[in-house]
Amino acid sequence: MECLFGLVGKDFAITVSDATSIQSIVVMKHTEDKSRNLNKHIIMLYAGEPGDTVNFAEYIQRNVRFYEIKNGIELSPQAAAKFTRRQVAESLRSRQPYSVNLLIAGYDVKTEASQLYWIDYLGSLIEIPFAAHGYGAYYVTSVLDRYYYPQISLDEAKVLIKKCIDELKTRFFINLSNFKIKVSNKDGIQEIVL
Amino acid sequence: MDAYVNAFRTTVPTWFDGGIPSSSFGLEAAKEFAMPAFDIPGCHNPMEFLRSITDETSKDYRIKIQHGTTTLAFKFKGGVMVAVDSRATAGGYIASQTVKKIIEINPYLLGTMAGGAADCSYWERELGRRCRLYQLKNKELISVAAASKLLANMVYPYKRMGISMGTMVTGWDKTGPNLFYVDADGTRIKGEIFSVGSGSTFAYGVLDSTHDYELEENDAIDLARRSIYHATYRDAGSGGSVSVYHVKENGWQFISTHDVYDLHYEYQDQPKPRLI
Repeated sequence: MECLFGLVGKDFAITVSDATSIQSIVVMKHTEDKSRNLNKHIIMLYAGEPGDTVNFAEYIQRNVRFYEIKNGIELSPQAAAKFTRRQVAESLRSRQPYSVNLLIAGYDVKTEASQLYWIDYLGSLIEIPFAAHGYGAYYVTSVLDRYYYPQISLDEAKVLIKKCIDELKTRFFINLSNFKIKVSNKDGIQEIVL
Repeated sequence: MDAYVNAFRTTVPTWFDGGIPSSSFGLEAAKEFAMPAFDIPGCHNPMEFLRSITDETSKDYRIKIQHGTTTLAFKFKGGVMVAVDSRATAGGYIASQTVKKIIEINPYLLGTMAGGAADCSYWERELGRRCRLYQLKNKELISVAAASKLLANMVYPYKRMGISMGTMVTGWDKTGPNLFYVDADGTRIKGEIFSVGSGSTFAYGVLDSTHDYELEENDAIDLARRSIYHATYRDAGSGGSVSVYHVKENGWQFISTHDVYDLHYEYQDQPKPRLI
């Protein structure tokens, strides 16, 4: 029931996650942040089995940080995504696999471009200009297909994100009242409100 | 028996890294800090086995865990108000009407109990022990955030093995009043208002419609007690009496315990609040 999506522009990546935590039929919280920053430029969104999600995200966050301290370099979004995919894939064949779906978005300082990676709990990884997870994907992808273009500006992206959220609010039967929106560009990661 | 069977196991579950080997019962200092580890049934898929005997809907349902509860806690300007009912049920049978569902972890920390009574008491007592060790080691009280994360991390390795626990960890630390929800699937969320248990939806109804951060202490106490009362009225799994605790700057304070029978007749004579 959770919904994550994001898109990349020329020099930024923007991500959206719903802020609702649900336990059976009860909404426990309206302001949950379902993302972790892996470094100054990489955002990771997570959804899936409660408990697994935060544990896995923090595990990745710390290992990315550890790698950066050990080697004195900042990991690119691609490197972080591929590392994460491998962890998911290895866990899948263990006795207790993590069931977590992820989106990794970020600005690559070296190539001065942004990327978005879609990873599911089975360990599939794809790099795409826009992506979504959860039931929300059924509503949001067509909106993105219709309006998205590669050279989209940040201001246009904000309007497009608003369109997606509005569609979810009108057609999705679960009341997703709140969303957390983050932007990653050359200056780092900021949370924004539309 | 399990210890004996496990001694012949060739593979040790990988998620028990750092656990105490089941054969050693020494009380060495280092082990006091280790996470508690239990014997795992020596069958092919211990998780499936444990789930099948603890799940009510399973045909192999053997270990009947006591369920049915209403607990709540909310933040307001005077700290955190915590209230619980006192009924324990096993299936349709009321096993007790005098259960203490608020666990006093230390003078600054409270835990509430919903789900399996044994699981909640065991893990929260273990949490209390670890909080005390933290305090002795660091010469300061543990924060509520750290305590709740300790609890979540303790139960996480046993995920999907049938632990039943839905708890709120609350207290006052140097950052002020804090409230966390922690459950057996490893979920841990910080919040302002929580209610847990089979009667939680009924409690939320009263709580959400009346709650205000600027509530006075007495009004907050009344709201907490009334929310639990309304849950006991509609939920067969909740009942007995309502206990209220207030978490303040200098630790928690026990407020009161009221039989819901008495509350029922007390509330019956009161007029309904004005809607407009």
